Amino acid sequence: MKHRFLNLVGVLVVVSMLLGACAPQATEAPAPPAATEAPTTEAPAATEASQPPVAAEETVVIGFTSSLTGAQEVSSKRQVAGFNLWMEQVNEAGGIQLSDGTVVKFSAVTYDDESAKERVQELYTRLITEDEADFLISPYSSGLTAAASIVAEQNGKIMITAGAAEDDAYKTGNTGLFQLYTPGSLYLISTVDMLKTLDPEAKVAIVHENDKFSTSVVEGLKPYLEEQGFEIVLEEGYATETTDFGPVINKLVESGATVLLGGGHYPDGSTFARQLFERKAGLKFISLLVAPADSKFPELGDAALGVATSSQWELKATHNEEEASALGKPWYGPTGEDFAAAYEAATTEKPTYHVAGGYVAGMVLQKAIEDADSIDPEKVRAALEAMDIFTFYGGINFDTSPEAHGLQLSHQMVVAQWQKNDAGELVREVIWPADVATADPLYPVHAP
Amino acid sequence: MQQLNLLLTSLPDGILLGFVYGLAAMGLTLIWGVMNVINLSHGPIIALGMFGTFFLFSRLGLNPYLGLIPVAVVGLLLGILIYAVAVHRVINAPHLSSLLATFSVNMIIIGLGTAVLTTSPYNVDFSAGGFKLGSATILGTRLIAALVAMLFTGGLYLFLYRTRPGKFIRAVANNRTAAELMGIPSTRVLALSFGLGTMLAMVSGALIATFFPFSILAGGSYELKSFVIGVLGGLGNPIGALFGGLVLGMLEGIIPAFLETSWVPVIEFALFVVILLVRPSGLFGAKQ
Repeated sequence: MKHRFLNLVGVLVVVSMLLGACAPQATEAPAPPAATEAPTTEAPAATEASQPPVAAEETVVIGFTSSLTGAQEVSSKRQVAGFNLWMEQVNEAGGIQLSDGTVVKFSAVTYDDESAKERVQELYTRLITEDEADFLISPYSSGLTAAASIVAEQNGKIMITAGAAEDDAYKTGNTGLFQLYTPGSLYLISTVDMLKTLDPEAKVAIVHENDKFSTSVVEGLKPYLEEQGFEIVLEEGYATETTDFGPVINKLVESGATVLLGGGHYPDGSTFARQLFERKAGLKFISLLVAPADSKFPELGDAALGVATSSQWELKATHNEEEASALGKPWYGPTGEDFAAAYEAATTEKPTYHVAGGYVAGMVLQKAIEDADSIDPEKVRAALEAMDIFTFYGGINFDTSPEAHGLQLSHQMVVAQWQKNDAGELVREVIWPADVATADPLYPVHAP
Repeated sequence: MQQLNLLLTSLPDGILLGFVYGLAAMGLTLIWGVMNVINLSHGPIIALGMFGTFFLFSRLGLNPYLGLIPVAVVGLLLGILIYAVAVHRVINAPHLSSLLATFSVNMIIIGLGTAVLTTSPYNVDFSAGGFKLGSATILGTRLIAALVAMLFTGGLYLFLYRTRPGKFIRAVANNRTAAELMGIPSTRVLALSFGLGTMLAMVSGALIATFFPFSILAGGSYELKSFVIGVLGGLGNPIGALFGGLVLGMLEGIIPAFLETSWVPVIEFALFVVILLVRPSGLFGAKQ
């Protein structure tokens, strides 16, 4: 009897813990605008109309979930802060004026997805059916976006995917997804190019989170490393909730690796970096996904020194109009400096690439509505498919082939590394590509 | 040969970590052993211990090991409070009631913690150095944590077997009705037991915070480990929990030498199910 009860309790415990993981029920409320400063004239302005506006005003509802709790909280909140800044700026600038005199303004409906796929599917269904969202922005992270994309496609909604780099979601016949990030398969290409010039003999270990995003990065990375003649001495995945990286680091050291490429998201990446430092793994170069791109990363102290990341955008290497002219592409939106100044005024923090991604997600939708001269989803979809612009965030151009519809084609990444400035403070410097680098790579980081 | 070397490198780490896992599990299993209550608030209580270290060290500058004293005291009092508010009224009700009561406490702590502390990771930037033992790196924080865990285990053993309140606890665990007939104040003993279990959970959390980053949700994985350890060592057997912790810690050191690290939780929970099916009283026997 007692044993049977123990068995029952065992099952209950596991079920309860799973429920517990989904526990924190945040209040479902529309997102409050984050910024406090009025938009500047350089902000994405409303389109000029030659005729005085007719009084008609349309409010476009944009729906998305954000991870206010759970594993994706840090990056997700930044993405939402960027989006909110864009929305406040465009609304305060008077919205978008269409040629028929209609003024388009925006409102957002958002819920806490708790970093859980199940919640994402439930909430995106709600956003579409109950809140009647006109357009969708993706949640943060590839895993959550994959879950949201199914609901969006089923309901024929357009979804700008901001914080989702994984390639697969665009290769399943979807027609409503439009990706802003450089695809995961190309994520570490710049880093490998840099290594090729720094140390072509480097022995590479790939240690990554076992999730959709990191796995897609590795799938693109491995063949490119081999093509460039690098020896891969270790490839290892770890579970998302891993906290003890001791055994992995021991494997890494045992493999004779001199360079580590890998990581996943903020919680695991920051933990991994700290333990690599504590255990004096003796690597010449460490590049981790996502975590080192966040402004929280220096909280690790000296463990952050020398850790590099592939970044979708860095203020120090922000794109500009001259670049756009040289490429023959039309420039759109504010400069990186103006965007950063507005964000800093609103939050007192410097923007990361997650913030920029959220902001540009709104800006791309704005541009598509302007180009379509309509908020009709089909016309907006056509405008997105035809889009080929250049912004402070970089190029925006989507694949329109049935094989990879919506995949980002133009955007490119930089490599950033935490270094110390003259005052001994940790700062994130751009170290690659060489033409936009703000500092030389710190290589080797630690004596091997 | 390479795998053997890897095994020797990772094993000390696993063993040291196992002591701390064992300490966490001891809190859970003590409560089960004395009052047949599965404490589902165990995980968030571990997380509160982590935040105890964070605030005492990062905000007040107190050495994390000295900080264990206030953490332990708060843990004891918190446990008594939880018992009085949530557990006492359902102590004689069907097991599902106490399960739901402690689950509610779990939800309350996580909800409050999320509102106040968010779920962002926190980091205690503390180092106690380290040294090489052959090819293995022994981190000072883990070594001290293991020693503290042993100290607490020894202390608990002495308390249970050498003191009057400890004997009361064992008497109540053995037969509550008989203990009451002998004049033992069972309510106070149960509250003390819950307090001790909570104290052990918070102290283990406080130790874990010295080497791993954490959030208010971080206790969940240690709670699950505590259940595996509890079942492994024998639910209700606090000393068995320490050995269960060592077994789990060693597994975490051994498995990555032969398989990908992501197999660790799979094997741990497979073991949990196997032990439940084959030897539900655990490797070291259930409560005595």
